[in-house]
Amino acid sequence: MAKSGNHIVSAPSQHGGGHAHEGHHDLEGMRLMGFWIFLITDCILFGTLFATYVVLSGNTAGGPTGAELFEMPGVIAETFILLTSSFTSGLAVLAMNRGDRKGLISWLAVTVVLGAAFITLEVTEFVTLVHEGATISTSAHWSAFYTLVGTHGLHVSLGLVWMIAIMIQLGRHGINSVTRRKVNVISLYWHFLDVVWIFVFTIVYLLEVM
Amino acid sequence: MAQHTNQGSHAHGAHDEHGAHESHGSLKSYVIGFVLSLILTAIPLIIVLNDVLEGTAAKVVLLGAAILQFVVQLVYFMHLKEEGKPRWNFMVLILGLIIVLTIVAGSIWIMTYNKVA
Repeated sequence: MAKSGNHIVSAPSQHGGGHAHEGHHDLEGMRLMGFWIFLITDCILFGTLFATYVVLSGNTAGGPTGAELFEMPGVIAETFILLTSSFTSGLAVLAMNRGDRKGLISWLAVTVVLGAAFITLEVTEFVTLVHEGATISTSAHWSAFYTLVGTHGLHVSLGLVWMIAIMIQLGRHGINSVTRRKVNVISLYWHFLDVVWIFVFTIVYLLEVM
Repeated sequence: MAQHTNQGSHAHGAHDEHGAHESHGSLKSYVIGFVLSLILTAIPLIIVLNDVLEGTAAKVVLLGAAILQFVVQLVYFMHLKEEGKPRWNFMVLILGLIIVLTIVAGSIWIMTYNKVA
């Protein structure tokens, strides 16, 4: 106990450097770093999809445009729901840092519920759009739209499954250095998805209906 | 090595995880980030729904608000500023942003001059 006490005191002054002796912790740090690099490559993936959308968004081939079909109330709700879920995933990390397993699992559960609400709204929106005659094969505009927004939706769906899996692991093994790293990783991923959505919301929806 | 077994179950163990940039987060930083994000989402919404600005001015403000919110989330949610000294996360981010900007700006630039009609 005394040893780990020392650790905490010394940590703020020298975090980052001087941890080479902590083999195991360093490894988890490296894994978090590796995930960060993956996120950056995911950024590049979304960058190409955004570029495609911006270039093709004017090509509606005489079909419906986004401005005609987008229903903003649903999209605005999605935006605030995802933003709130990004905040609650941060609260989950705070609960973890306090060593509060119940709080951690509860906040992750809130995040999952909000994420599921987001996906439900998005699927409803897609179904409505298809009924109104805007399918992925209608025009280049809609192909680019479904690819970009759909890829983000798939990321969120995958994140939901992943977060539930981590909640199960936390229930079984509690908070240790491995589950701690996993929670840090999913929370980074979730913040990242919120950031991508901000740009989807701005570029795809707001600039279109302006 | 005895430290590690202690650390695993210790409530504050996260503080010394190397490179774990969000371990340093406080409730205050998350609340500030959340409130700033809400404001930066509300501003473009008000502008678009009430037609406050038009054309290029609106575009600049909308994109500016999105980029600001990106920075806010990086700082207050992902704790990028609290990273330890060789700032690898930051460097990788900059490299990624350069690639993204090149792809997006380059595509728009080329395709602008490629339009037939």
